[in-house]
Amino acid sequence: MTRRNLIVTGVAATAGVAVAARLADQYGLIPPDSGGIYGPGESLTYAAQRLLTGSSLAREFPTSKISKSPYANGKPPADEIFTREQANGFADWKLSLQGMVARPATYSLADLRALPARSQITQLACEEGWSYIAQWDGVPLSHVLNLAGVLPQAKYVVYGSIPIKRRRWDSLDLDEAMHPQTLITYGMNGVDLPVGHGGPLRLRVPRQLGYKSIKFMTTITVTDSLKGIGKGRGSSVADGTYSWYAGI
Amino acid sequence: MPRHAGLVRITHWITTLCFFALLVSGLEIVISHPRFYWGEDGNVLMPALFSLPIPASRGSVQTGYGFVLKDQNGWSRYLHFQTGWIMVATGLLYVGYGWRSRHFRKNLLPSAPDPSSYNPLQRATYLTVVFVLFPAMIWTGLAMSPAFTGAFPFIVDWLGGFQSARTLHFFVTLALVLFVIGHVTMVYRAGFQNRVQAMITGKGQR
Repeated sequence: MTRRNLIVTGVAATAGVAVAARLADQYGLIPPDSGGIYGPGESLTYAAQRLLTGSSLAREFPTSKISKSPYANGKPPADEIFTREQANGFADWKLSLQGMVARPATYSLADLRALPARSQITQLACEEGWSYIAQWDGVPLSHVLNLAGVLPQAKYVVYGSIPIKRRRWDSLDLDEAMHPQTLITYGMNGVDLPVGHGGPLRLRVPRQLGYKSIKFMTTITVTDSLKGIGKGRGSSVADGTYSWYAGI
Repeated sequence: MPRHAGLVRITHWITTLCFFALLVSGLEIVISHPRFYWGEDGNVLMPALFSLPIPASRGSVQTGYGFVLKDQNGWSRYLHFQTGWIMVATGLLYVGYGWRSRHFRKNLLPSAPDPSSYNPLQRATYLTVVFVLFPAMIWTGLAMSPAFTGAFPFIVDWLGGFQSARTLHFFVTLALVLFVIGHVTMVYRAGFQNRVQAMITGKGQR
């Protein structure tokens, strides 16, 4: 390769990457944790998976494939606020939906159970490598979002657990939030969702790894930007060292 | 006389770097759960197909060691996938070049014995690494992605499930590590400095 060719190729490649990055940003294909040395790989993974997978469904399984030993990772919170709710049978548990919606709302467990239910048998795969298959019962997140009326400028849905010592929160892009399998889950394998699995409410996101399925959920906030929430990287684990997008 | 073409040399060393980055980050990921299973599901409540006799980076896994290693999965996963992209791009460049320049046909497909070139076993090994092991690595890796397998379920169903894909990903890693050990041993026995120089500068004594 001549020096002239090398320079021309280099300039063309740089321009190509810049144009691709702009286009990707315009179509919402850049993840909130795209900064830093792992940003390029993370953006490529997110953009490629979004384009390739579209609105396809996570694999669903027959009843016979439900795991006999679903592993509950971690213990329920020992915080007083949670144990008090638990002692009360979660009768006062509330899920609030706010932010960029026309009609903010607050749901009790009974309110959610009165909405059209969806039941799905999917796999929960942890980034550590273990997995199990279970039946999950709940209300599609899209249903309550549609009831609330998402404003047109909205881009992300932020959701989080009860305010405990190690509170977890996360976010989804609007595609994943409106995906039919993204489920506000109150039941598992035919019973109330056990506290070990995040009961009384867990958001199940079966197209992504287990850590996106936040346990003990109480808040949903619709927003157009993740800047200013935590460190702006989209989730409590992404503010640490884990990636925001977990479709892989 | 040039021995290795420029593109072969560059892709060789990028692949070397990528391989070690993928190996180290993959090892860090695996120590968070050094148990393997077959089929769809597998966790600490289920019997393992086999376990690695190493400590784990999660207290939930009983390893027999009295300590838990630090969690390194965050950066390891970022590095693993970013390197995966570089590896795939490099591999495509190499295969595209090898096809067009007849590198595979001339140097790697079995041919009449030529004492100045690779023997049949070497040729078969290199072809297996390029066209079987690396594609198997990508396949079994993608088969662990819940989003990707949603769109393309056959990629994991054909392997027998998510845990089967993970176990196979580990076995293909072992095969590649064995290849690297054999490869470096042979380079050493053939004259380390001479061969490494040939792969860096393209020139080396025959």
